[in-house]
Amino acid sequence: MRNRLIVVTVAAAAVLLVASLRPGLTTLTAQAPQYRAPQGPDGKPDLNGIWQVLNTAHWDVEPHAAGASVVRDLGALSAVPGGLGVVVGDEIPYTPNARATRRENYENRLRRDPAIKCYLPGVPRATYMPFPFQIIQSQEHIMIVHEFAGAVRTIYMENHTEAPAPSWMGWSNGHWEGDTLVVDTTGFNGMTWFDRAGNFHSDALHVVERFTARSPDTLTYEVTIEDPNVFVRSWNMSMPVYRRVEENAQLLEFRCVEFVEDLIYGHLRKQPVQ
Amino acid sequence: MTITQRSFVSIRVMALTITAIVVVGAVPVTGQESTYTAPRTPDGQPDLQGFWSNQTYTPLERPDGVTKEFYTAEEVAEIETGRTQGEVSQTTPGTIPDVHYDFTQFGLDRSQSGLTRSLRTSLIVDPPNGKLPPVTALAEQRAAEQRAARERMGGRWGAAEANELDDRCIIMIGAGPPMLNTGYNSNYQIVQAPGYVMILVEMVHDARIIPLDGRDHPSPKLRQWMGAPRGRWEGETLVVETSNFNGKNPFPNRSSVNAETGRIVPGSGDQMRVTERFTRVAEDQINYEFRVEDPETWARPWSAEMPMQKTNGPIFEHACHEGNYGLYNTLVGNRLEEAQAAAEVEAAGTDSR
Repeated sequence: MRNRLIVVTVAAAAVLLVASLRPGLTTLTAQAPQYRAPQGPDGKPDLNGIWQVLNTAHWDVEPHAAGASVVRDLGALSAVPGGLGVVVGDEIPYTPNARATRRENYENRLRRDPAIKCYLPGVPRATYMPFPFQIIQSQEHIMIVHEFAGAVRTIYMENHTEAPAPSWMGWSNGHWEGDTLVVDTTGFNGMTWFDRAGNFHSDALHVVERFTARSPDTLTYEVTIEDPNVFVRSWNMSMPVYRRVEENAQLLEFRCVEFVEDLIYGHLRKQPVQ
Repeated sequence: MTITQRSFVSIRVMALTITAIVVVGAVPVTGQESTYTAPRTPDGQPDLQGFWSNQTYTPLERPDGVTKEFYTAEEVAEIETGRTQGEVSQTTPGTIPDVHYDFTQFGLDRSQSGLTRSLRTSLIVDPPNGKLPPVTALAEQRAAEQRAARERMGGRWGAAEANELDDRCIIMIGAGPPMLNTGYNSNYQIVQAPGYVMILVEMVHDARIIPLDGRDHPSPKLRQWMGAPRGRWEGETLVVETSNFNGKNPFPNRSSVNAETGRIVPGSGDQMRVTERFTRVAEDQINYEFRVEDPETWARPWSAEMPMQKTNGPIFEHACHEGNYGLYNTLVGNRLEEAQAAAEVEAAGTDSR
């Protein structure tokens, strides 16, 4: 009886295995070849364009339900939309201490979030803020220009060097792996966050980004995060990025310094605003 | 400041006098026709890419008493040597200004980076007298309104908003367009992609993205600090026309009144149109010409030209606002001084009772 059960179980498992393999094999052979980006005049995949994400990672990179605004007076206008998250595996592997800091950050996010003061948003946060960015792709340098605060990254495709000093947007060296642009960034000053929910890192942050065309108007953006001061292991984010297809699309100025002067320096006025 | 500058500052300072004399003789007079043809980018544009500086000792306006258009090479060398030595020796070691602005250490003097040299006596080539045209009554009124607004805030140190735009890290004087040298860090990085030229201004990391596809200017409802540029190639020359300014571009000088001349320097109007022409005339030089049409500010259009000299990169992040302790501390200091003065007045009043 017991033997029969095992035989039946094994047979059923074999059937399931074959059943699961078959469609897989069929799909593989029948599958259209993976999308390849058109080549630019230099023979490299052409990633030029104005791009923007359509997700809520800028609120919280982890899965999160909708929530109330942190500023009462803004009501529904700045309430948090829910999101399925962009962290692979759904949870950032903080060390216990770092998890406590993240919680404090969240509770004090209205005062602590550096982007509120129009500070350069760092990497990868700049990529998934609700603002477009433009890739200007040349052979020696690939520029990523963000609308938010006019943040700029230079990706050095040749002559890779170490960061000469810490900075907000880091120091980026890039190379091609097949059709994927791989960008390795270090040299951060540790003063930026990942999102508005207090997810953070230290100056030991090491970011590896992978930009791959997945259709004429979408990219797959994958990020690996390492920071032994804050995380017990490396972790990943993944999300699509969409081309701004408007014919006249262009980055506009979002020179937010003047929008935050009263917030930062208002208490130092000689006299009240007339 | 570029990385290389920072590393080699002290060496450059020692060598500057010699450099100034040696290099000038070899420099072509700008305005001459060039037979140079720029290399091409993979998509066929004349290649302007790289790091450039328009740092110069040539003044925007021709100095009073100078009537000729060009100096001799010897005259330029003498002027530059005098100016570089003046900048190096202008702070006394151990003083507060020396700690704050040690010109020999922090690359703040113009002699410490690639210097563009021209024999011109002024950057302005039109009007022919090398001077800015007369200011319109409208512009004088605008300057007066700006001064009044500042006074209402308690003067320059009364509030952040009463300060100069560059002290506030909103936009650097000279970021342009037109791109005028800024005294230090006058560095630019040009990157070209199919359909675009990007010019990164080092100061306040301002990236000018210039589309080349012939698109229209945006609606006049959209107005920006640096306007909206539209570019095209005319042979070897990149022509960039910019409109849609917000009328606050801090140009061509930082103050609404020039402290030296007492003259009103009225910034720009929102109807300003700037046409720039970039022509690579040598492996290491771009000739940069621009024309300013701003009928609400100047009685007539005016034009200038200057060389942009190839310089060493890379350009490091200029996070101005993020580290703007100067503005914060200045405001704190002024409020403290006022509080102290008020306390002294009160104390004096108590004593006399």
